Amino acid sequence: MIAVIDYGAGNIHSVARALTKVGATFEITERPEKIADAEAIILPGVGAAADTMRGLRDSRVDDPVVTAIARGTPYLGICMGLQILFEKSEEDGGTPCLGVLPGTVTRFPNDLDVPHMGWNQVHQQTPSPLLHGVTQDANFYFVHSYFASPAIETQIITTTDYGLPFTSAVERDNLFATQFHPEKSGDIGLRIYANFVRIAGQQALPNFS
Amino acid sequence: MLTRRVIPCLDVKNGRNVRGVKFSADIDAGDPVELAARYDREGADELVFYDITASAEDRNIMVDLVEKVASQVFIPLTVGGGIRTTEDMHRMLRSGAEKISINSAAHQNPDVIREGADRFGAQCIVLSIDALRDPESLTPRWTVYLNGGRVATSLDAVEVAQQGEELGAGELVLNSIDADGTRDGYDTDLLRTVSDTVSIPVIASGGAGSLEHLRDAITVGHAHAVLAASIFHFEVFSIRQAKEFMASAGLPMRLDPYRPDAP
Repeated sequence: MIAVIDYGAGNIHSVARALTKVGATFEITERPEKIADAEAIILPGVGAAADTMRGLRDSRVDDPVVTAIARGTPYLGICMGLQILFEKSEEDGGTPCLGVLPGTVTRFPNDLDVPHMGWNQVHQQTPSPLLHGVTQDANFYFVHSYFASPAIETQIITTTDYGLPFTSAVERDNLFATQFHPEKSGDIGLRIYANFVRIAGQQALPNFS
Repeated sequence: MLTRRVIPCLDVKNGRNVRGVKFSADIDAGDPVELAARYDREGADELVFYDITASAEDRNIMVDLVEKVASQVFIPLTVGGGIRTTEDMHRMLRSGAEKISINSAAHQNPDVIREGADRFGAQCIVLSIDALRDPESLTPRWTVYLNGGRVATSLDAVEVAQQGEELGAGELVLNSIDADGTRDGYDTDLLRTVSDTVSIPVIASGGAGSLEHLRDAITVGHAHAVLAASIFHFEVFSIRQAKEFMASAGLPMRLDPYRPDAP
């Protein structure tokens, strides 16, 4: 069972619809023990870093998530679910985050239109099982004002250009996260979910193989 | 690079898709769920659903419809028509909408823009403005209309657009009542005047009849995206054709491989 973490924010329902479409077995939950037992974890997210961290702490799922990742449980973070993996975000006057990956999260410079919203190209720097079958420079849907800068270059799997190149997906062992929203990115986005479902040890529907 | 967007619009009445000319409905233009799926296959970048009757009873039909579409079509959906409160917005977002378009309510009570942006983020709030060119005015001026173009106000469309941005709207849809349904082209004067005044994306609406019109909305009108209804409903040309034409004019477009048999 894949645990989709519901901490009172985020775009849980659109993620759930995408998982249903690719044939995943999953449960939306905010219970720490479910997260500890899950085959895999998905942390969706929209909104602000401080709200997200508060939501995770108030639901007492922050530690179980970090523990599960450390144990090697497959993890997929979406948007804010990518940003909160890093040490801190400058959003909301500076927000300490989970610190699973070294690096920080900063705001796009003021001369750019923020949020960065719409379809943009995702350039693959390195092969990843998450991107299996995804064409080079395929377009994905983004909505965000902040972006992560991983300290470890090899954890960056894709970059995207919005006035400056920024990290649009990361990977470390069984941990994956995208700044874009695969659940809003059409068929190519569903393929990302199907790939993660397979990484989690489940079968995805044959349409998505 | 961020691409320019082509956004088909579905006017929905009693759960059916309809088409109007100069804001007066109706020709039945089919099942919105089927149309939405077709548009997605053709490469639509987003979809907009306007509930053009929006009585309380119809709202439930609309919620069902959005849920149905959202479980089949995985691109951003915008829902508008009769949205008056943040509770209305919440309901539509839960059903699968990505953005909420507000029109009459926002002009009567602009605070609803701020409330929506505070609660859901500016990127969720699309301010829709129905504007009619004022024929009496010596300098170009457009007047805001409410309730689907039925009720005139004294509001100036450019001022309303600026105010909307200040209150937290993330995008503007500019509907030209003069051009709506005519297929004579967007009102590029209106588009350019507003686009050059605000810094949030402006979506052109009303009047698309040719591929050149779509291009001109962006190159002449400085819009960020184009919205159209009838040209796509009646397959005057496909969304794919529109995007290929715009790309050939040098605009960055999302043209990932067309997969007619996609799941």
